[in-house]
Formats: sequence, C-alpha cells, structure tokens
Amino acid sequence: MTVVFLGIGATAALTSANSFDSKKLHISSRRLVSETKSTFFVVRSDGRLNSGSNRRAQILITNAVATKADSSPATKPGHELLLFEALREGLEEEMERDARVCVMGEDVGHYGGSYKVTKDLANKYGDLRVLDTPIAENSFTGMAIGAAMTGLRPIIEGMNMGFLLLAFNQISNNCGMLHYTSGGQFTIPVVIRGPGGVGRQLGAEHSQRLESYFQSIPGIQMVACSTPYNAKGLMKAAIRSENPVILFEHVLLYNLKERIPDEEYVLNLEEAEMVRPGEHITILTYSRMRYHVMQAAKTLVNKGYDPEVIDIRSLKPFDLHTIGNSVKKTHRVLIVEECMRTGGIGASLTAAINENFHDYLDAPVVCLSSQDVPTPYAGTLEEWTVVQPAQIVTAVEQLCH
Amino acid sequence: MSAAATKIIQPLPLNSTTTNRSPHKALFNPLKATPISSFPASTRKLRLTKPNSPHARRRSTSIFAVSDVVQEKKPTSNTFFPNLLITKEEGLELYEDMILGRSFEDMCAQMYYRGKMFGFVHLYNGQEAVSAGFIKLLKNEDCVVSTYRDHVHALSKGVPARAVMSELFGKTTGCCRGQGGSMHMFSKEHNVLGGFAFIGEGIPVATGAAFTSKYRREVLKEGDCDHVTLAFFGDGTCNNGQFFECLNMAALWKLPIVFVVENNLWAIGMSHLRATSDPEIWKKGPAFGIPGVHVDGMDVLKVREVAKEAITRARRGEGPTLVECETYRFRGHSLADPDELRDASEKAHYAARDPITALKKYMVENNLASEAELKVIEKKIDEVVEEAVEFADSSPLPGRSQLLENVFADPRGFGIGPDGKYRCEDPKFTEGTAHV
Repeated sequence: MTVVFLGIGATAALTSANSFDSKKLHISSRRLVSETKSTFFVVRSDGRLNSGSNRRAQILITNAVATKADSSPATKPGHELLLFEALREGLEEEMERDARVCVMGEDVGHYGGSYKVTKDLANKYGDLRVLDTPIAENSFTGMAIGAAMTGLRPIIEGMNMGFLLLAFNQISNNCGMLHYTSGGQFTIPVVIRGPGGVGRQLGAEHSQRLESYFQSIPGIQMVACSTPYNAKGLMKAAIRSENPVILFEHVLLYNLKERIPDEEYVLNLEEAEMVRPGEHITILTYSRMRYHVMQAAKTLVNKGYDPEVIDIRSLKPFDLHTIGNSVKKTHRVLIVEECMRTGGIGASLTAAINENFHDYLDAPVVCLSSQDVPTPYAGTLEEWTVVQPAQIVTAVEQLCH
Repeated sequence: MSAAATKIIQPLPLNSTTTNRSPHKALFNPLKATPISSFPASTRKLRLTKPNSPHARRRSTSIFAVSDVVQEKKPTSNTFFPNLLITKEEGLELYEDMILGRSFEDMCAQMYYRGKMFGFVHLYNGQEAVSAGFIKLLKNEDCVVSTYRDHVHALSKGVPARAVMSELFGKTTGCCRGQGGSMHMFSKEHNVLGGFAFIGEGIPVATGAAFTSKYRREVLKEGDCDHVTLAFFGDGTCNNGQFFECLNMAALWKLPIVFVVENNLWAIGMSHLRATSDPEIWKKGPAFGIPGVHVDGMDVLKVREVAKEAITRARRGEGPTLVECETYRFRGHSLADPDELRDASEKAHYAARDPITALKKYMVENNLASEAELKVIEKKIDEVVEEAVEFADSSPLPGRSQLLENVFADPRGFGIGPDGKYRCEDPKFTEGTAHV
C-alpha cells in the first residue's frame, strides 16, 4: 500500500514519522497546465519515494488490502467510495487540472457511462470534452489518436473491453507504433480503458480478456486496477503519462468499497503492489483474481502456509524487481490469472521469471489461468472456466511439498 | 437532413459556356463519353447494370459545393477559356510543386532499381494536380493526412526533398529518422500526420486532427484557431468502413476537414467499377449531409477552385466536404506492380491530360510565363532532386542505439528491471543490449 503526503502542511507530520528528511526530498517541478501548483510525491509500494529524482527514503508500512489501512498520524481519515467512483474522481481531478484531457466513448456523456464512471462529467465539462460517439470503435479510437497527435489528451472508453477488438487496427498500428514510425515526432498520450473480464453470466462476447491480445503490441503500456485506491492512482498516472496506456478494469469490481486518502496521489504505472508479504510462496495475480487469491490465502493461513501475494498491476511491462525480490525470498511461484491459458499474461510472466530468476526457483512456475473456452452462459459452466479459490489452495499445497 | 437545409447550387464546369444545368443531369455520366470528363475505364464492358440514370434523377437534392469565384466569373463572349484563375506567382508555385513531385518520383524509381531503397514504394506520377491544387492553399498549421502514396503530399506541404529522400534511403537524417520509410512520412514541423500503410487507417486520424481544431476553438477558447485538415485517400478506400464512419462523425460535429478522394480508378489490379456498387463517390457525401463534389483531378486549376471553396467552408466552421478528384496514376500501383491489367488506350487517354503539360500550356498561352521561365524552374528542381539524392547517399545509416529510442515517448514504459532500476536508466540501454 502506498501512502502519500501533500508537501504543504504535512511536513511536520513527515518528520514525526520515522526517518524522513523532508529537506532531502526533491519535489520535481512538473509542467502543470493548471494554475494551482500542488506539490505531491509518490511513495512506491516498497516504500521508496519517487518524485523526479530517485532519492531513497525509509520503508513505510505496507498492508494487505483486506485489512484496514494502517493510519499513521499524518494521514487524514480519507473518504470511502466505490471503485467506479474512485475512477471518476481520478478522471475528474485530471480533467480539472488539464483542459486538454477529454473523454470519448459510447454513452459517456449524457448517459454518464455504462458503468457510471463518467457520471455528471458532461454536465460539468460540456459535450465536446465528454464526447458521446457513434458506435464506431475503430474510427473513434483513430480519432482519439489523431487528436492526441495534435495536442489533446483523450481517454477512450470501450463500453466493454471486448468492443475494442473492433479498434484493434488503430490500437495496434497507430496507437502503439506511430511514435516510433514518425521517428519520435508525435506522441500519443491516450488512455484506453474499459471493463473486461468474466462477469456474471454475460455470455462469451461480453466476457473477454483482451490483455493477452494487446500485450504484444510494441509501444503501449498495460495496467490493471483492482482496488479503489489503485484505480484512482493508476487512472491519474495513465492520463499523465506520455505513453499510450491501456487500463483494464473489471466488471465485477466496480462496486468494491474502500477508504482512500483525501490528498492527491498518483501511482506508478510500472510497479507491482505488495498485497500480503509472506515467506513460503509467491502468488502473482492481477485484477479480479486478486480477490480469489486473498480468499484462498485465508484458507492457506489457517492451514499453516504463509503466501506472499503480489498484485502485478502492470501487465506490460512487468515489474521484475518486486517480483524478483519475492522469488528470491520464497523460491516458489504461482501465477493466478483470469486470462486464457494460451498466450496469456501468465504465459509471458512464466517466461520472464524463468529467464531472469531460474536459479532461484525450487519448483517450476505454476500458472493457473482460465480455460481456453468461450465463456459459457450457464452459471455452473462459467464458474468452471475461471480459477476458483479451492484450485489455488490445491496448487499451493502441491507446490509447497 | 431537411430539404430546407439543402442549398441547391448549380455547378459550373470551368470550360463550358453554359451557366445553367438541369438538376437532373449528374455532373458527369460514366457511361457517356463526353469530351470534358469521360470515364473510359477499360473494364466498362464488365458492368452489367446501368446504375446511374435512376439515381441521378432521384438525386435532385444533392448538394454541390461551388466556388464563389467560379460562379462569378462568367466567360467573356470571345473566349472559350475561362478568365484567368491564377496569378503568375500562383501559377509558378503550382508548376514548381508539380515538377518537384514528378521529378522526385521519377528519381525514386531510378533509385529503387539501383538498390538504394527497398520495400513497397508507391509513386504519384500523374496525380500531382491534386496535391498541388489542395495543399498549396494550406497554412503551415493545417494538417495533411495521406496514405502510402505520400511522398508528394509531404513535399507539397513543405517537407524538404532531402528529408524525404533520406527517409526512403533509410538514413537517420530522414524525416522519420529512417524508421518510417516510404509509406510513413511524418513531419511535426509541417503538420504531415502520415503516411499510413493500411488504407482507411489515416482517415480517423485526420478526423481527430480536425477534432482538435474544433476543441481548441470551443473548449480551450482559442477563438482564432481555424486549422483545417485534409485527408487524402483513394477509390478503394471508399468501400472501407472507416471512410463511412468518419464521414458520419465529421458531419455530425461539423469538423473542419476535407475528405479528398484521389480516384485513380484502380486499387492495385481491382478496377473501381468492379469493386463498388455505386462508383460515383461524390454522391456518398450527401448521404451524410456533406456536400459532394466531383472534379477533374488532372486539371490543377479546377482542383484548386474546388479546394478553395472546400477549405474555406471548413475554416468558417461549416463542416466537412467530400471532394472526388478523377485522376490517374501513370505508373503501376507500386514499383513492384507489373501493371498489366490496365488498357493501353486508357493510359494514353490520361497521359494526354498530363497535369503538368496542361498547366504549362495554360500559362504560356495566357502569357503568365514564358517557356524559358518554366525551363528555369525545371532545372532548379532537377538540382534540388539531385542534391536530395546526394544528401541521402552521404547520410549515415541508423546505429544500433537507435533501435529502442523512440518506442516510448516516456522510456519508463520499458519497465523496471530485476535490479530495481528502470531499464532506461541503464546507459547502455539504447544500444539494445539491455534485456527487454
């Protein structure tokens, strides 16, 4: 869990917490477009500070998301909200901060977004900034890319991630590649976001996981949010990034509730999140499967295991530092993902771990993924296509013996 | 689109003495060979139906965009030719641009066969009137989006010939550092937004550039932002979904864009008539509430007149225009195309209407310039092109370190390595030795 402090007003509190020397911290002067300059900095999930220079600071406490956030005296109590509201908050803050940020998608304006992520934003910012597009994914994605090349910072919403398959031409050829093909002349600071994943009996075409299809596209970054806290932080980071970023949300996670800080914070796009430190085995997961893993973790703890759970968050590129440190500690890896077995994120992650940390492994990397099956409508069948906590428990037991 | 909103303006072909035309007659009839604009595609005999007569009658509410200048200029009684549409300076500028396009493309062919450039190279010979006619009316801030046949669009927009030639040779001094190639000419300085290999792919990008222009005016309150975007594409693209989707969006939001169709009748070996149910592309504009115009794309002056109106419309905030330019490519689709399917008589017909020869004739006959002056321009361009080749030849090839340099605008996108540092912080990273 990362904890962030606003520069002003919190410095006293900073010095009271262990071992910060706030004078050593270098607050980078960012090129903010808005008038108000709020200084803030990001604490990385392993406690290091990142604010334009990589000065190290003392490790702060990290906590599993399932438990209450550890409140140090500096943080205000924060406010509670649902994940989709956190996304909207992040989006709104960025739109307020930079007038070039705009949203495009189907039903994002007057309807407020099919999952209410853009609710009321059209009233506040107008129909051009929160643009209701016709049903033409390929073209409005291309349009957002053209707008990004000429100075705007659009956010493309796919009503369901699966619909972005229609935009694959633009995402692959233009979004990912134009910066390179133009010799670095044009940047494409778009954010492509939308809900994906297996829901509750939504049928095969509305239950797609596109991270496996997009991961090979050079030039894009992919992140997956899983809690209100990281949803807001990743949304803000994605909008501020000069790279095209695909933000994967999950249909079933929109109503998760959490208390998040009142202060402004931005997370690091390339970093993984330590959910639960442990000793026996490293479990790597992302998005909805994090909750299946945490559920399995409860069972495992009762059985005497101590799993280390990491939410990789950054699907492309992988945070090999956090992952590597964990592997070096536990020597066993289990990957739990919702992607299809073939060519999924788990497959790439397995390859990366084997290549980089082979010497540290005591057992082969095990990857639990969804079945290579179109998601069935029937509830029972659908349950069997995704990884369930019981399977995770079994896998851990097998790996640890 | 209500009838009340439709303005019916009769089009005036430039070299006709009549000022009125019946609304029932389409601007041109592909089946009738008329001296002004005939459509002798050699596969005409393959057409089984006559699609156009009933359509033309129903289309009495089609909108024709017309140049105010053209409408006002009624020809004098003695002349068959219209009043002069250009000044001497404009004429010379157009001539120079077209000569540059032609010479450059001819040099490309030579260099290709000498092994200096590779891959797919698509040459623009014969279509120069469209590029010169449209792009020379633009400001620097206006954007141009093209297809793989983009060398001349880039040149017309102002990208130096040496930068384009270097790009074709794959050198670091190319406009895209050698990373784009023939089909991906980009220039931020001159607002050339590509260069796209897949047809239709650039049209949404152009729509986005036009969207930015509108956004800047209305959201960012830059009241004087009237930048226009031109999207160039071919007849084959007009059967592609992205074309129609973007016509819809551009019309819906009245974006400042002009859709320029370079209808050269052939998509590699596929005749336009064999691929399209209704081959008159300009008629597809009114279906979306956009004016559709057909113009003789081998005549730079006619193109320029239509372009003026279309661009002015866009600048005034009145929305997009669809302009179909009937043109022809003298060479094959690309340098790899043997060009065996096209009829010799068709090629001869259009070769006789070479836009450069036509402009030269116009300027000389109307005493805008002498042959000698035009020769000077030709010589100058020869030197420019030669110099471009020399420059490209002597430029360095990209080094290994260039491989990873532009993949991400923010190279932190390459991620964090096992040692905890961002990969891009490794000083040897751009040499590609870092593990990605």
